[in-house]
Amino acid sequence: MDNTAIKTENLTFFYASGEEERAPEDVLSGVSLSLEKGSFVAVLGHNGSGKSTLARHLNALLLPKGGTVQVFGMDTRDEELTLEIRRRVGMVFQNPDNQLVSNVVEEDVAFAPENLGIPSPEIRRRVDEALEMVGMTEFRTHAPHLLSGGQKQRIAIAGVLAMRPECVVFDEPTAMLDPRGRRDVMEIIDRLRREYGTTVILITHHMEEAARADRAVVMSDGRIVMDGAPRQVFARVRELDELGLAVPGTVRLMWELRARGVNVPLTTLSVQECAQALADHFQNR
Amino acid sequence: MLKDITLGQYFPGTTVVHRLDPRTKIVMVALYIAALFTANTPGGYALMAVFLGVSIAVSRIRLKAMLKGMKPLIFIVVLTSLLNLFYGTGEPIFTFWIFKITAQGIRRAIYMVLRIVMLVMGTFMLTYTTSPIMLTYGLELLMNPLKKIKVPVHELAMMMSMALRLIPTLIEETDKIMSAQKARGAQFDTGNLIEKAKAMLPILIPLFLSSFRRADELATAMEARCYHGGEGRTRLNVLTMQTRDYLTLALGILLIAAVTVLRRFGL
Repeated sequence: MDNTAIKTENLTFFYASGEEERAPEDVLSGVSLSLEKGSFVAVLGHNGSGKSTLARHLNALLLPKGGTVQVFGMDTRDEELTLEIRRRVGMVFQNPDNQLVSNVVEEDVAFAPENLGIPSPEIRRRVDEALEMVGMTEFRTHAPHLLSGGQKQRIAIAGVLAMRPECVVFDEPTAMLDPRGRRDVMEIIDRLRREYGTTVILITHHMEEAARADRAVVMSDGRIVMDGAPRQVFARVRELDELGLAVPGTVRLMWELRARGVNVPLTTLSVQECAQALADHFQNR
Repeated sequence: MLKDITLGQYFPGTTVVHRLDPRTKIVMVALYIAALFTANTPGGYALMAVFLGVSIAVSRIRLKAMLKGMKPLIFIVVLTSLLNLFYGTGEPIFTFWIFKITAQGIRRAIYMVLRIVMLVMGTFMLTYTTSPIMLTYGLELLMNPLKKIKVPVHELAMMMSMALRLIPTLIEETDKIMSAQKARGAQFDTGNLIEKAKAMLPILIPLFLSSFRRADELATAMEARCYHGGEGRTRLNVLTMQTRDYLTLALGILLIAAVTVLRRFGL
């Protein structure tokens, strides 16, 4: 078997407009993307760039109007395979309140395995494991609506992990969270990759979050406009500015310095790297 | 201001009554009601009262909570007792203008009050000791045979548990919308009834819109988690009838039998 987790070929999609005279506008126009197993890919783009629409194609929530989507070798248009695709590709959404289905935390986490018809002792094992993974074991019998936004999102993630997916798509999981919740979610993503080798696709417009990925894909107007290692992508400051995406402060600093004739590299992402590069530069003068 | 609405009348606990299978409790309430309506003798009512009292004691539900729940019913209780009081036939004990009170009237009034109070308290025993989720699950299992005549049992149960899940979220949302409208000068507690009703409109419309959006997102999230109806679904906590459940049900049947016997002998 090859090493591709998800592959889209010339993927095109539009929402039916309802009005006959006006031709529907493409939300995705010809997206070809191949995602490797075990990789961590960030998909960036401003609102309306089509990144969430792309995400919904990765587990057959939406079906392509043109082109194909292959998930672990399965075509998403095959209805027989829909459940299997959704089991293998989990999805975490933006608003934790709108993902939770039960008044009890552990019942909520059990929802997906229950749908899959897994025997109850095994569901119990998976629920315990998933809650442990997101550090919410002590809240197992609590009511989700009494928890913080970050905690609710962790429950939602546990609910997805209970399916034991090979790939998890996070669709702006931190957009509604406070900094603490945001950090917790990013830590869970790290842990997921480290301990399970799960393929992670993170849809976001936070460049700092995307900086942790192996690969950054930038979308605009339903197309992929940049694709590469985050360092390389972020160095294209002017283009990203035009797309309405804010590069990380470290990159911005280096870029402004270069604009003023200071010869520093543009590929520093963390504050430490940035400081080191600056120190090197000024010592060598 | 909306925060202090108590939702569902469930008081968590670990007593035998709490741990009974929800199906047992639902059937038990039905048996209890049947017994209650069979009873029409002092002995029968006494037996029912003892049974209810013991159940309340075992479940450790505070009597205060029981009485608080009775409050909205005071009017009905008083009204029915008065009606029964004056509608008795036989030798009047006391006459006043067109009203006459008979021994039968007094007895009937007392029985009626006892019946209503014990009926309501008995059903409280179910909702106070069973979590809404368990209650829904129990109902789903009990209604399962209806699937044969194409009743969408699973769907109904899912809708009910979704509604229960969303109530706190929607209350929170209503609170937010009210604050937002107040900040823009809306007044909810002045004017007459019609003005007040009109003032609710700017709350209801946003609430409706956001509920639809929420429902849509929730449905998507459920699909993403492989929801595909009730077919082939399993449960984390499977309900199995224990010895205590069968004992409870036997007790319920015994109760009906005892009340019937007492009625027969007029005790």
